[in-house]
Amino acid sequence: MSDSPYVSTTNACKLCTPLGAALAFRGVEGAIPFLHGSQGCATYMRRYIISHFREPMDIASSALGEKQAVFGGGPNLKKGILNVMSKYGASVVGVATTCLTETIGDDVPRLLAEFRKEFSDLPLPEIVHVSTPSYSGTHMEGWHAAVAALASQLVQVKAEPQRRVNLMPGLVSPADLRHLKDILADFGVAATVLPDISDSMDRPALLDYEKLPAGGTTLADIRAMSGALGSIECGRADHVAESAGANLERRFGVKNLRVGIPVGIRESDAFFAALEELTDVPTPKKYQDERGRLVDAYVDGHKYVAGKRAIVYGEEDLVIAMTAFLAEIGVKPILCATGATCKNFKAQLAAVTEGLLPEPPEAREGVDFHDIAEQAADLAPDLLVGHSKGYTYAKAWNVPLMRVGFPIHDRFGGQRMRHVAYGGTQELFDRLVNVVLERKQEDSAVGYGYL
Amino acid sequence: MEQAIFEERRDQIHRTGEGPFELACNRDSLAGAVSQRACVFCGSRVVLYPIADALHLVHGPIGCAVYTWDIRGALSSGPELHRLSFSTDLQEKDVIFGGEKKLKAALLELIERHKPKAAFVYATCIVGIIGDDVAAVCRDVAEKTGIPVIPVQSEGFKGNKREGYTAACKAMFTLTGSGDTSDISPISINILGDFNLAGEIWIIRDYFKRMGVETVANITGDGRVDDIRRAHGAALNVVQCSGATMELAKMMQDKYGIPFIRASYLGIEDMADSLYAVAEHFKDRDPGIMERAQQVVREELSVLLPQLGQYRKDLEGKKVAIYVGGAFKAFSLIKAFRHLGMKVVLVGSQTGTKEDYEELAAICDPGTVIVDDSNPLELSKFVKELDVDLFVGGVKERPIAHKLGVGFCDHNHERKEALEGFVGMLNFAREVHASATSPIWRFVPRREAMAKAEAAKKEAI
Repeated sequence: MSDSPYVSTTNACKLCTPLGAALAFRGVEGAIPFLHGSQGCATYMRRYIISHFREPMDIASSALGEKQAVFGGGPNLKKGILNVMSKYGASVVGVATTCLTETIGDDVPRLLAEFRKEFSDLPLPEIVHVSTPSYSGTHMEGWHAAVAALASQLVQVKAEPQRRVNLMPGLVSPADLRHLKDILADFGVAATVLPDISDSMDRPALLDYEKLPAGGTTLADIRAMSGALGSIECGRADHVAESAGANLERRFGVKNLRVGIPVGIRESDAFFAALEELTDVPTPKKYQDERGRLVDAYVDGHKYVAGKRAIVYGEEDLVIAMTAFLAEIGVKPILCATGATCKNFKAQLAAVTEGLLPEPPEAREGVDFHDIAEQAADLAPDLLVGHSKGYTYAKAWNVPLMRVGFPIHDRFGGQRMRHVAYGGTQELFDRLVNVVLERKQEDSAVGYGYL
Repeated sequence: MEQAIFEERRDQIHRTGEGPFELACNRDSLAGAVSQRACVFCGSRVVLYPIADALHLVHGPIGCAVYTWDIRGALSSGPELHRLSFSTDLQEKDVIFGGEKKLKAALLELIERHKPKAAFVYATCIVGIIGDDVAAVCRDVAEKTGIPVIPVQSEGFKGNKREGYTAACKAMFTLTGSGDTSDISPISINILGDFNLAGEIWIIRDYFKRMGVETVANITGDGRVDDIRRAHGAALNVVQCSGATMELAKMMQDKYGIPFIRASYLGIEDMADSLYAVAEHFKDRDPGIMERAQQVVREELSVLLPQLGQYRKDLEGKKVAIYVGGAFKAFSLIKAFRHLGMKVVLVGSQTGTKEDYEELAAICDPGTVIVDDSNPLELSKFVKELDVDLFVGGVKERPIAHKLGVGFCDHNHERKEALEGFVGMLNFAREVHASATSPIWRFVPRREAMAKAEAAKKEAI
């Protein structure tokens, strides 16, 4: 339930469900995200995503008009899929619904079954559908629902056992994904990262404009997920009835380990422990060394950040992860806020700060920036940690904002920003210390040359 | 290559000089075509957004409000209420049981908190489907709070941006005629269709002021509710971005007898012509006005032209593609590029009308591609085929250009650099020059390959 006392929402601290689904579908090779709804939704989401990643983001739409809103969107859905097949040559079409089509009662699974029958003479792509009414949940629910839909609809048979690990990383940056894939490779296992936006949302400059950006999880790899050693799902917050990992475990007996997004030492330790458990391979020395350097950096930098009071906001999983990190370096998370509501947000915040803070940090869910701001006046934070949307507040309160997560559209390179594992945490810690140092230097009348 | 074009869209693309000009437009976007267009809601939000002392409440699920939160560069010289994103954030139970109660409670809560001069309530797709009586709630709240509470019928699926403009104009029209007009000068205008992106309306207002013209209402850049309420007291409506606000001008002409003229503040001629047109209109009442207009233009040009020449040297002969929201802006851009010695080879818009496109075809060089409601596949095809050096568009077009190694100029509502007026022309030239002549393009693989091919050809000769 929401912790906001207000009926109205001011400056929401969340995005809508289909956006998460569209972004997740972008992480499958040859897939085009397809929104079943009116044209504007797809266009707005494209704009929003492009402003963070600075990459093309084609989202098709069934472009429903008034007539279709009355008589049903089926014909447009079918025609739209045929059109993206012919022009984009998509091998996967990820269909996400919108509030419009959910409410007019379009039965998408039935329409898609009809479509497959009507056009059975054509080489049809895989069509994955997910229900994402924007009046229910946030972009993270959309993301996780799309990932679950990919696993449950595309993985149909038990694959041959293989030394593979399935990784459902949650919404982390392309740079994070590359880092995670390197780690899995160093454990000597093939990795199926679902979804994998590391390439598709951070492409090199190439000879041509790609209709569909290369990269993303291949269909073959997705199908082979049922034969993996196990799955690791990152993200502690409970979102969907059955996650992708839980689904594969129930149907195919693929062991599913749930860990947080690995930010900070303890959460990264848990991630590496999960990898050790599934692969029976000890953590390579390279990562032990990274961990050691991170601890060393914590020691060197601890006094600069000790006792700083931070407000953390954004996606529930990232808020939990950042809180875990801040608590272990001695920064006090004085408010952990998210626009989402989920069953276990507060319990998980308590879990990740156990032994680090005298008591669990104050947490509020279902809140907007108005709620956060109202409380912040009393809290007097030294620091904000979250995405770009907190900027105006940081400016108003004259405190620095350390940008993490999505969206980052008032700075450059959000997609190349690392947050995860020891390496990513190292970069975060360095940035955080430098944010604090810079502020101290600027605030000083004399501007010390050494700090 | 031709594969990029949908059969159904062939008549929405035309190459000038090839057969008689006929372009299909104002159609629903083709399903699956990845149109660059937004929706009705977007249209009304764009127009009304800069009214800075009004409350803008989006009645719908969270997405519609969140994607339009402070994304535009419309500045205010006073209140900044427009930069906040208000929503009823409809939830499943609201959709089932109706959202009227929540809307009313949200309105009362927000009006109490912010004390706005008026409130606009935007109906989104879902509100149209569940059938909330937004108008009735607005009437009710207006009565309780004593401020105008205005429904904007902007259900997204009801068409494209154009219908949204209409909804916005209807909403603003309800405000006009309710303020005191007794102290307004007979030499006075309303500025319609300028949104004060990066402070542009301040530049334009200054020109008019120097001519001795009073501006009554900015509609809607740096807009104020009370100004719109007395806008019917102005002697003339000057309409830029005619797609967005022409309808309001027409309604005001019908009801209050206020004439209107079309204007554009982009580029040298259009800016000057707009000032002259206003002077022309008032010259009987104010015989000195034309002289003063000429004085303004002379002063500004004496500063601008020498600087512009510097940029032109490097830009001469380069090829440009334009894809913008409204067609009217494209006219000015074509003329502005001529001043830079550049050649427009592609021009398109999301929402042009038949008349717009005919006018475009008439001023374009032969062989120019004109396109309505385009998409990334078509745009990238044309950029390559026409060997474009610079693309002018918005956020969604930028990665298309960049991926192909083509310079880019942001010319949409998100711009943070003033591009209007004479000083804007200089900013425009500077931005175009900075991108089109950047050394980085030589490293982009497509450009690298082209340069290599060119060198090989020379070698062969």
